[in-house]
Amino acid sequence: MEKFRIFTAVFALSLTALAMLLLTQLIISSLPVMETFGFRFVIESVWDPVKEVFGALPFIYGTLVTSFIALLIAVPLSIGAAVFLTQYISPKLSYVLSFLIEIIAAIPSVVIGLWGIFVLIPFIREEVGPFLIEYLGFIPVFQGPVYGPSILTGALILTIMIVPIITSMTKDAINTVPILQREGMIALGATRWEVITKVTLPYARPGIIGGVMLGLGRAIGETMAITMVIGNAPEIPASLLAPGDTLASVIANQFSEATSALHESALIELGLILFIITIVINICARLILRREVARG
Amino acid sequence: MSTKIRIKSLNGWFGEKQVLKDINLDIEENSITAIIGPSGCGKTTLIRCINRMHEVTPGARVEGSVLLDEQDIYKEDPVKVRERIGMVFQRPNPFPTMSVLENAVAGLKLKGIRNRKLLAEKAEEVIKAVGLWDEVKNELNKPGTSLSGGQQQRLCIARALAVEPEVLLMDEPASALDPVSTMRLEDLIYELKKEYTIVIVTHNMQQAARVSDYTAFLYMGELIEYSNTKELFERPKNDLTERYISGRFG
Amino acid sequence: MTSLGVRRIKGYLMLILVAVAFIIIMIPLISMLYMIIKEGIGILSWEFLTALPKPPGEAGGGIGNAIQGSLMMVALASMISIPISIFAAMYISEYGGKLSTITEFIAEVLSGTPSIIAGIFIYTLIVLRIGFSALAGALALSVLMIPTVTIASYESLKAVPRSIREAAIALGVPKWRASLFVILRSAMVGIGTGVILGVARIFGETAPLLFTALGNMYWNEGLLEPTAALPLLIYNYATSPYKSWQTQAWGAALVLLVIVLLLNIGVRIIARKR
Repeated sequence: MEKFRIFTAVFALSLTALAMLLLTQLIISSLPVMETFGFRFVIESVWDPVKEVFGALPFIYGTLVTSFIALLIAVPLSIGAAVFLTQYISPKLSYVLSFLIEIIAAIPSVVIGLWGIFVLIPFIREEVGPFLIEYLGFIPVFQGPVYGPSILTGALILTIMIVPIITSMTKDAINTVPILQREGMIALGATRWEVITKVTLPYARPGIIGGVMLGLGRAIGETMAITMVIGNAPEIPASLLAPGDTLASVIANQFSEATSALHESALIELGLILFIITIVINICARLILRREVARG
Repeated sequence: MSTKIRIKSLNGWFGEKQVLKDINLDIEENSITAIIGPSGCGKTTLIRCINRMHEVTPGARVEGSVLLDEQDIYKEDPVKVRERIGMVFQRPNPFPTMSVLENAVAGLKLKGIRNRKLLAEKAEEVIKAVGLWDEVKNELNKPGTSLSGGQQQRLCIARALAVEPEVLLMDEPASALDPVSTMRLEDLIYELKKEYTIVIVTHNMQQAARVSDYTAFLYMGELIEYSNTKELFERPKNDLTERYISGRFG
Repeated sequence: MTSLGVRRIKGYLMLILVAVAFIIIMIPLISMLYMIIKEGIGILSWEFLTALPKPPGEAGGGIGNAIQGSLMMVALASMISIPISIFAAMYISEYGGKLSTITEFIAEVLSGTPSIIAGIFIYTLIVLRIGFSALAGALALSVLMIPTVTIASYESLKAVPRSIREAAIALGVPKWRASLFVILRSAMVGIGTGVILGVARIFGETAPLLFTALGNMYWNEGLLEPTAALPLLIYNYATSPYKSWQTQAWGAALVLLVIVLLLNIGVRIIARKR
């Protein structure tokens, strides 16, 4: 084999090596906790570093709930914005406005977190929280005192952060819809909105779903911004207005102050769980998008 | 006259599909040999087998032999083979990152020759050889892609010449050009046969008749007829050849 | 079948709805930019950009060491990541086959790795051996940079037209020379874009640095010393109870945002010129 091929192959292999090393390193470092708690680790809901009881459930709950709420809000907003940007305005204006959305994606997480602390948290504490309690307080998830930092605050921060990716993937998917498909519908006398809902969006659906999955992967792994606004309470609160924690945020918050080797190992196992969840979601997203490319 | 290239029992595949079937063909030195035939007949594949470009395509495979001066090129280093057998493609493809001058001597530069004086001299020589010098001498530092289509194609020929090949393969070199540029190119090809052995693929029968000394007619991967151009066009021996050159199919 | 009039009205309502969706998305962005400029601009000064931090309560002080640390780690991470990524990408695009498919897949999977994972990975692998350091921080950033630059590079390399590759090979140029001097050069704009976006991204990364670079109140004096970084400083100051530090966090955020946005806008200008 030629030398250059071997030379570049070494670098190509280094990526696989990196991935393998990462995985084994996480597994080895989680072994102490795996041996102590076994499978109970993921179903135990108490996290008490002082008593050395470690359960991942509060963080799995926090991660899933914040990500789920974020998707619930971000998906319709993003699809709406993508439709607006691709179907209703000139390409030039669309280019400029799309760039604004991409700016959101470029803002460092820690800067969004800073804004979250000084703008979003007070807003939740003084406006959103009281409003929800007054009008929707009969629902258990909107009860209790409002501190500001909460599961809901975290979910809103995640919403802001995943909107750009879902919007841009939806735009890409919409742009792959063949003009013939749309013209066929227009020729039948459909209004613009009918073309969008009956032809464009259904055709673009796999691409949109792929984008939503990527957004979900991003939400689940997001660390800094959510750490700064979620309140860092290792509990499963009944109310969305109460503080919580996610897999990523508890690692960011506790790792440097880990009280014991077991505590550190438990945090790394949380990292392992997080890593596996995001890998699975990303692979699903890529598979959906790849099938989409093959079709288009 | 002597034989420069001898193609013996050549078979070519794309994946499972056989595109060349047992081709035997001798190509004379310092002559122009045209390969004609309807699209998909394998003429491009055939010419690409002569400098081992066919095997560069993923999934492509070759069997048989091609002798250059009685040496089998399939037993030699393909890089060396391509130095001796240059190629010009269907569409002009100057390197977009290089200037006109750099493009002309790209082959030398890419082999690591750094001597600027030598490169400049060689560039002038080959650009003159393709009759481009007067048109581009003031634009030598502009990107190669800034020239017109016909100029780009002649620049690509200059680029091939700079490597000092013995054989020049041309794969429908005029198919992307306008009639005037095509004429200039044909004149150039005629000039070049004094020093090079030329094989040209064309879908244009008039072009084959105008420039070539010998013509090979390919149909569905098989060599149907091969002879002196005049003879092939005036007295085709094969019924298929006759129908093709009289324009009844293809 | 509803009448055309009703269908039209429905269409207009929907237009309003999607426009509103876009506006809602813009609200946080505008609020963020407004706050960062309003709160951050007042503190900007030469001293702020170049001086060391002062203890909370004391007036003055700056983010000089954090800028130093960030530049150092980003530069080191780039030096590690760029060659690895480009050569790996060249293998993927030039040779194909199983290893290419696997590498491409791994790059895509790794590109979705949460940044905090890169932090704990380097902590267990490096920090436990050599301690908190700029080197460890740079390695953690590399873990994030390698997959993104690899993906951007092989996408650009694959976009180089076949005709250009063939032209080089037909000249009797050895494949490796054709790959390096023709194909890589033709893909350079795309790869450069990917590299700059990668740099912009790691410039703002905080999570990987928390337990690798750690932070430092003083100038960094070597690769093996703990080091300050702009995002780390923003995190520490923003979550501190001191008003003076909080104000400095906004100033640092403005500096970081300007760097990141300049890189992003610069890339657009380069990409549009081509």
